[in-house]
Amino acid sequence: MNAITKLYTWYMSRKKTKDFKPFVKKSKRSFWGNVILGGFLLGLGFLFFFPVLYMLSQSLKPMNEMFIFPPKILVQEPTLDNYRDFFNVLANTVVPFTRYLFNSLLVVVVGSVLHIVVASLCAYPLSKYKFPGSKIINQLIVYSLMFNSAVTMIPNFLTISKLGLLDTQAAIIIPGLASTLGLYLMKNFMEQIPDSLLEAAQIDGAGYVRIHFRIVMPIVKPALVTAFILVFQSFWTNTGDKYIYTEAEKGFAYMVGQLSNGKVSGLGSSYAGISAASAVIMFAVPLVVFLIMQNNVVSTMATSGMKE
Amino acid sequence: MARTMAKVSMKSKIGYTLRDMKRSIPLYIMIAPFMIVFLLFVVYPVLQAIYYSFTDFNVLEKANFIGFDNYKKLILDDENFITAIKNTFIIAVIVGPGGYILSFLLAWMLNELPHKISSVLTVIFYAPSMAGAAVVTVFRQIFADDSTGYLNAILRNLGITKEAILWLSDSEYVMIVVILASLWTSLGVGFLSFVAGIKGVDEAQYEAGSIDGIKNRWQELWFITLPNMKPQLLFGAVMQITGSLSVGAMGDLIVGFPSPNYATHTIVNHLNDYGSIRMEMGYASAIAVILFVIMIVCNMLIQKLLRKVGT
Repeated sequence: MNAITKLYTWYMSRKKTKDFKPFVKKSKRSFWGNVILGGFLLGLGFLFFFPVLYMLSQSLKPMNEMFIFPPKILVQEPTLDNYRDFFNVLANTVVPFTRYLFNSLLVVVVGSVLHIVVASLCAYPLSKYKFPGSKIINQLIVYSLMFNSAVTMIPNFLTISKLGLLDTQAAIIIPGLASTLGLYLMKNFMEQIPDSLLEAAQIDGAGYVRIHFRIVMPIVKPALVTAFILVFQSFWTNTGDKYIYTEAEKGFAYMVGQLSNGKVSGLGSSYAGISAASAVIMFAVPLVVFLIMQNNVVSTMATSGMKE
Repeated sequence: MARTMAKVSMKSKIGYTLRDMKRSIPLYIMIAPFMIVFLLFVVYPVLQAIYYSFTDFNVLEKANFIGFDNYKKLILDDENFITAIKNTFIIAVIVGPGGYILSFLLAWMLNELPHKISSVLTVIFYAPSMAGAAVVTVFRQIFADDSTGYLNAILRNLGITKEAILWLSDSEYVMIVVILASLWTSLGVGFLSFVAGIKGVDEAQYEAGSIDGIKNRWQELWFITLPNMKPQLLFGAVMQITGSLSVGAMGDLIVGFPSPNYATHTIVNHLNDYGSIRMEMGYASAIAVILFVIMIVCNMLIQKLLRKVGT
């Protein structure tokens, strides 16, 4: 109880100094309101963070700590053995680890860059000009957000096999290019560009394509970055199971999935630590990309709303 | 002027459109690359799935038209499909609104905090949705049935249970694990949209509101923030509904396929079963079409409902 009164007096003293600001922006914030909100957020934040923490702790546990009963979250002697084993195991399976990583990198880099170029080229005319068909295309794009690739899986499998792309990286990249979420975000963001700017460029004799690369792209950089993050995530997590049968052509996400099921043979009971290590890597890559680019995301998402 | 406009005949209307189209040729060229992929891999597949759903196509033989037989079989004879629909709705009803409301509340609360803390927490909440289904491997380890399971150990130490609960193999409990994992990864793009949307509400409105007699933050939320966020609310709903109706891979990774007693069997699992394991493409297409209709209908209904916010 003492602690709460102390907290309360501290809060009030701090608040008084704050209240002397020249203007009051928002309505009153009550002390208990702040405590409830803060407590709730901290609690939930912990719950959301716990699995990540557990994953990290598992990945750092040496073999003998892995099977202590009851399991502990604190690691007594942290070790990077699991990471080393992870790389070893993958290098010693039929297909070497570097091959999986190369496949994933190829898909992620080529796919994401192509998606940004192709989708932004499409977003600019749709957001800024009216032409026969533009209205219906805009509607189709909004509708396409309402279902996902589960629905289109079978016909796409047939199309891919007809095009002779089964078992190639293109089978993951090409359908992935058609992701409409990034296009939608870019389109909304581009609508903010003042028409007068584009008209001025047109009067100066610049064509649409030139305007797109010289004026539109630099202005909508935050949206491009956001679309990049989203498409990066979708390519990074794509296991490609439906289109790719050959082990050598599969990617990193597929390996992590296999490990988490304990399906990789010859690992025995040591798989838990290795699986956790692989999950940490799986998790860390998009996280780093997101952290680097976080500020762009917020300004893009501000325009993500659907008009009525 | 009005008269001449009225007299514009059908023929010249087409003429205008053609002229418009001619003028827009550079624009068509610009949208062409994306539109080709979009039509080929998003629009055409939906139509093709509808077509196949009326056939007995199985990849090897030529497809025969069999009318509504696939749908009849699904609804009348396929017990697992009924289970799948039931499970999908149980997950969607909890994870859909749950994740949606949680996304909004968190976004709103984060806005009340100092900038630095809120951006760290934003990452913590958003991160689980980034790495995809593969990361739920940690749920397998936390909920493990054997002596390595963390949760069972805690429950036992606290004296709540005496024997280990078989979270991953008892059909009564697997659903709980799948739902928790889905909720954990459900704060995705919609959540980010809310975070940004709340930041984007004009500060002057809050100031005006407090002069007009808005007393506390709860009133502020109801009278100012929510009505201002309608576009983001609509967008977030679409993301949430589509996501929560397509839970499937999560269950595969946590409890394996098929799940014990089909306890977490969802429509997407059923679709994968017939589409990529049994290769009964016609039958699987019927499942896909049903899933498509469910998704579109749910989205339309919710959009209608959300439009009423603040009116």
